[in-house]
Amino acid sequence: MKIVVASGKGGTGKSTFSANFAWSISRGRDVVLVDCDVEEPNLHLFFSAGKSESGVTMPIPVFDTGKCDFCGKCGEFCRYGAIAVLPEKIMFFDDLCHSCGGCRIICPKEAISETERVIGKVWDAPVDEHLRLITGVLDEGEPNGIPVIKAAKEAAEGNDLVIYDASPGTACPVIETIEGSDYVVLVTESTPFGLHDLRLAAEVVRKLCIPAGVVINRSDGEDDETEAFCREAGLDIHMKIPFDREIARLQSRGDLFSVAMPEWQERFFELFEDICIRTGGAP
Amino acid sequence: MKMCITAKGDTPDAQVEERFGRAPFFIFHESEQDTYTAETNVFADAAGGVGPRSAQVLIDHGATVLITGQLGGNARRALEGAGIEVYQAVTGSTVREAVTAYRENRLNRIL
Repeated sequence: MKIVVASGKGGTGKSTFSANFAWSISRGRDVVLVDCDVEEPNLHLFFSAGKSESGVTMPIPVFDTGKCDFCGKCGEFCRYGAIAVLPEKIMFFDDLCHSCGGCRIICPKEAISETERVIGKVWDAPVDEHLRLITGVLDEGEPNGIPVIKAAKEAAEGNDLVIYDASPGTACPVIETIEGSDYVVLVTESTPFGLHDLRLAAEVVRKLCIPAGVVINRSDGEDDETEAFCREAGLDIHMKIPFDREIARLQSRGDLFSVAMPEWQERFFELFEDICIRTGGAP
Repeated sequence: MKMCITAKGDTPDAQVEERFGRAPFFIFHESEQDTYTAETNVFADAAGGVGPRSAQVLIDHGATVLITGQLGGNARRALEGAGIEVYQAVTGSTVREAVTAYRENRLNRIL
């Protein structure tokens, strides 16, 4: 089973939820937790574990200017603007390239080959015998995190239960993370901004036809508007995590509040069982 | 000499557009014949990579001078590679006024 934790708005507590949710489930069965927020991965801050690292690369074109006659077909083809063809020079903008390989195919002189460019890495950390953390890390300055998300997801393939922590927002990285999953947990907060972005995120999962439910984090008990929206959108509210000083204190030290507060461990596991029933999967 | 001016409209009396890659129109000016030819920028609403692609339009037209407002990093690299000189127009001026200002050496060169 594949469960994604997403939010729309940043800072609602996606990673807090993911870390506590995954850890709590892992007391009862094996879990792989994948940090797909590759521009700012942070789940590793909750867990101390040695890790192995592998590079993530993407193919980019190499131009043989001996064969090239500067016809300009490759630049014309590239919809990402990664190639400019001058009268006697090719300029390549590697940060704009999406690795589609089209320039290589379209070149009439077969002057284009490919090489690999490193854009990030994947960390693989066995937290304990039941929990494994995989983290996608996009290198600083790189604009396109999608290949790193793909690589992190791939590293988790073949496991029965995988939880993916998505990046904030509702753009390509979130859709890449959500695609192919069985269930999405949308984490929101009791603010107008939280609700605004929850609406956007709910629309994304609706369009992708993936069942979803909501967790309200830092709930101040006045969640009427969020509750009304969820009723309207047909989204069940699975859980409310209160705006609580003790939770904030544990969290700010990098601790898992579900470790210090065992009643939460139970609640997270129950939430997992509930999702299993909803998706028809076995807990 | 052929120069390109980014413009909000398709006539020499249109205002200069401050953005390069996302300018609605490129107006090409031939200094010898004193003619103006407007071309719609097909990349104005493209998702990305508009800087190098717009630079390619200038390269294909054989323009050697660009008058605009601002340049992004990739556009700058492409224009620099092509040896195109870039000048900054005064905010609010028309294409014709910007060309006159260029002739009178009143424009600030930014590349």
